Amino acid sequence: MSRPGNRRPECHKINRDLFVLTYGALVAQLCKDYEKDEDVNNYLDKMGYGIGIRLVEDFLARSCVKKCHSYSEIADLIAQVAFKMYLGITPSVTRNESSRNEFSLILDKNPLVEFVEELPAGRSSLCYCNLLCGVIRGALEMIHLTADVTFLQDRLKGDKVTEIGITFLKKLEEKKCRRKK
Amino acid sequence: MSGSFYFPIVGHHDNPGFEIEFLPAEKVESKHDHHHFNQSIAHAALGLVDANRWLCNNMHLKTVDKFNEWFVSVLATADHVKFITLHDVRQDHGIKNLFSDVYELYIKLAMNLFYKPYSPIGSSTFDIKVQFLGKKHLLS
Repeated sequence: MSRPGNRRPECHKINRDLFVLTYGALVAQLCKDYEKDEDVNNYLDKMGYGIGIRLVEDFLARSCVKKCHSYSEIADLIAQVAFKMYLGITPSVTRNESSRNEFSLILDKNPLVEFVEELPAGRSSLCYCNLLCGVIRGALEMIHLTADVTFLQDRLKGDKVTEIGITFLKKLEEKKCRRKK
Repeated sequence: MSGSFYFPIVGHHDNPGFEIEFLPAEKVESKHDHHHFNQSIAHAALGLVDANRWLCNNMHLKTVDKFNEWFVSVLATADHVKFITLHDVRQDHGIKNLFSDVYELYIKLAMNLFYKPYSPIGSSTFDIKVQFLGKKHLLS
């Protein structure tokens, strides 16, 4: 009953405009429902979390990745495999030199903001793509890694690039030690 | 000789969405005197636009009206958004190109889910781009 090894998982495609407009409609509706930007950001993060905890199963099944031994491998995997699979983009990964568990994903192109030139008036601290942070956070939590994922820079707010920061909160080495005992 | 152009965008309910003037360098001072005049000519032409749109196969209605020395050219979309140009010199090619380019910009704006359909366009990037397009197609 196991899955035959040579079967390629099906890759369903939908129209890109439809996807971008659906996401935009979601954010626009949240903006109508909540007055404060922080509330909208939190809700987007929660929704993303709900998606992430489920999406990780699909990702692991379709990508057949090997076990990772470091945070840097995980960050590379998120950028080069996961983002590529689900959004069709490959952000570049940079690592914070001073800390071993802080990484950044720099997004050159972000398909979700294709039709949004600038944030609407009165919404200057809205993180439009905060759903992505929730997805990453939820997915990592399902593989027993807690992380803090936030937007460090956002083109919609006037910065030069869009940057997602991932800070891993628990050390992998601690868990390995516990298992050996 | 380059003329003066008044370019409003009128929404579905005949409400003003956007307006801009393209004037050659020597005529900039007289802008404010004729503003209300231009608005009333454009408004008067709206009735003719609605009549003409059914006679024409495509969206570009060319010149629908003439008032003294002013010509009124219109691009009317299927959802009743009208791009109007009041001009005192015939410049059909430039106006047609301007309409096409501004229409493309408008479509992109309309796809932004934060923009309420047919509401006044306050985006400064839109304004800057239309100014650039006006200078490129009309005043050069």
